Amino acid sequence: MRIEEAEKLGIEQATKESLKIIHEKQGLNAVLAVNDEPWGIKGSPSVPRDNKNTISSVYRDNKTTRSCLNVPYICKDNIVTLELPTTAGSKILEGFVSPYEATVATKLREAGAVMVGKSNLDEFAMGSSTENSAYGVTKNPVDETRVPGGSSGGSASAVASGMVPFALGSDTGGSIRQPASFCGVVGLMPTYGRVSRYGLIAMASSLDRIGPITTCVEDSARVLQIIAGHDKHDSTTMNIEVPDYVSALDGDIKGLKIGVPKEYFGEGVDKGIVEAVRQAIETLKNSGAIVQEISLPNSKYALSVYYIIQPSEVSSNLARFDGIRYGVSAQDTDNLWEVYDKSRAQGFGAEVKRRIMLGTYTLSAGFRDAYYDKAQRVRALIKQEFDSVFEQVDVIISPTTPTVAFKIGERAKDPLSMYKADLLTTPASLAGIPAISVPCGEIDGLPVGLQIMGRQFDEKTILRVAYAYEQEMKKANHTS
Amino acid sequence: MKTEKLPTEQIEWVAKLTHIEVSEAEKDKYAEDLSAVLDYVDELKQVNTDMVKEVQQITGLDNISDADAVEKSEISRDEFLKQAPMSDKGYIRVKNVFSR
Repeated sequence: MRIEEAEKLGIEQATKESLKIIHEKQGLNAVLAVNDEPWGIKGSPSVPRDNKNTISSVYRDNKTTRSCLNVPYICKDNIVTLELPTTAGSKILEGFVSPYEATVATKLREAGAVMVGKSNLDEFAMGSSTENSAYGVTKNPVDETRVPGGSSGGSASAVASGMVPFALGSDTGGSIRQPASFCGVVGLMPTYGRVSRYGLIAMASSLDRIGPITTCVEDSARVLQIIAGHDKHDSTTMNIEVPDYVSALDGDIKGLKIGVPKEYFGEGVDKGIVEAVRQAIETLKNSGAIVQEISLPNSKYALSVYYIIQPSEVSSNLARFDGIRYGVSAQDTDNLWEVYDKSRAQGFGAEVKRRIMLGTYTLSAGFRDAYYDKAQRVRALIKQEFDSVFEQVDVIISPTTPTVAFKIGERAKDPLSMYKADLLTTPASLAGIPAISVPCGEIDGLPVGLQIMGRQFDEKTILRVAYAYEQEMKKANHTS
Repeated sequence: MKTEKLPTEQIEWVAKLTHIEVSEAEKDKYAEDLSAVLDYVDELKQVNTDMVKEVQQITGLDNISDADAVEKSEISRDEFLKQAPMSDKGYIRVKNVFSR
């Protein structure tokens, strides 16, 4: 379902329709909690404090289309909302209802969007398959024996199966782009600092970002338009103008310079994927773009850098879950120390524990220099390399993932093989640049994703290229 | 070069620092998993970073500070306390810190 189609139905009808599909497709396990009374009719705790969210006031207050998004949506369950519990896919937050809401949720509500559900994810967003959720695995609607990717697997599965026109995800090392690629939808990771993370349950603070998953590029631009901007509650957001993203969608990419990094097409990347992406690049060339091969030699270290920095930050951020102030607290305890040790042992799943332990190790006395500091230096090199390449090209294009969606259970037992799913997405995460994944064909019916990376705060150009490509594909499908 | 599997004592030491109780079977599993990842990231040793300064953040923002003023919280004390597993007379209650 596209945003425009939902708008045509009207918010009430679209919401009803959306709720109906969510219930019909429960088998996907994409949605953890459904908001069956989205307007707080039966005294849900939810209705906005200012009580303004009546349907009529939303219509009245939103006259221009750019500031208006009167459609239902699903929110990843690591973003706190007043309506429905927020669990982050963890047992430690089972039943937790947040006393405040994330800035993105407020902005969307004010634009007229109605939150109809919270989507499944890998526990605390740690994973690449949504198999790490304490509430069961989400299935890929394209092939239900396969994973939807992760960690925003519930959001991608929900959008791909037509439950809602858009869903919010979060991306730390690929968690929006990779599931979007696996499910054949559009996933946008905005620049670090573009969208407020106030109310996003912190995982790795120097990397975490919120972004939309949609069925088309135009919808991606429209959601970003609403959620972007400075927020006094998040001091990492930049106080700079938010451009008109939709106006960039004119299909014109004549003379635009595209860089193709040879390192992203090599070892570990499936041949079929390389072929599909090369073909997409050919399409863009035919539309007038100038394509040149570039080199990002340090990108090959991104995965190693990521799996040091990310767990390190995780070990610090997840210290707050102590069984004292909120969340689940262990019962069989004799003193405070046992409350900590047992609540965390019982509340966290295996992957979360693994990363907390790994991060604690890499930050501990005697190892910090060799791991954490070293990783931060290599991160600086990766960033510098992107900066200098962006002096020559406007966007960089690569595959989003090294493989198509893998089978449920295939990689669950070997953490390292799971981590390798993030091979091509972690460089943009570390560099803080924006990147979008758009569908670019299929291998045996399984979607392939094209990743377009851009300069810091230049979401406009990646959206422009993504849109131009999408239009060309549409034309090609019509004629064939 | 293959890193040796981390000794059990190291896993016990990390578990202590993280405040996560681990069983004997878990110790063995985590020793294996952590060693595999540490072995993989070892490749960073090849990168020459002598002249590079580490980065903590990538937007270039510096010293973002707030006015040193007290603002009323949007969330009430009661709402906070409602989240706590145990509370008493307006405070969060915890188990004893020292053994009796």
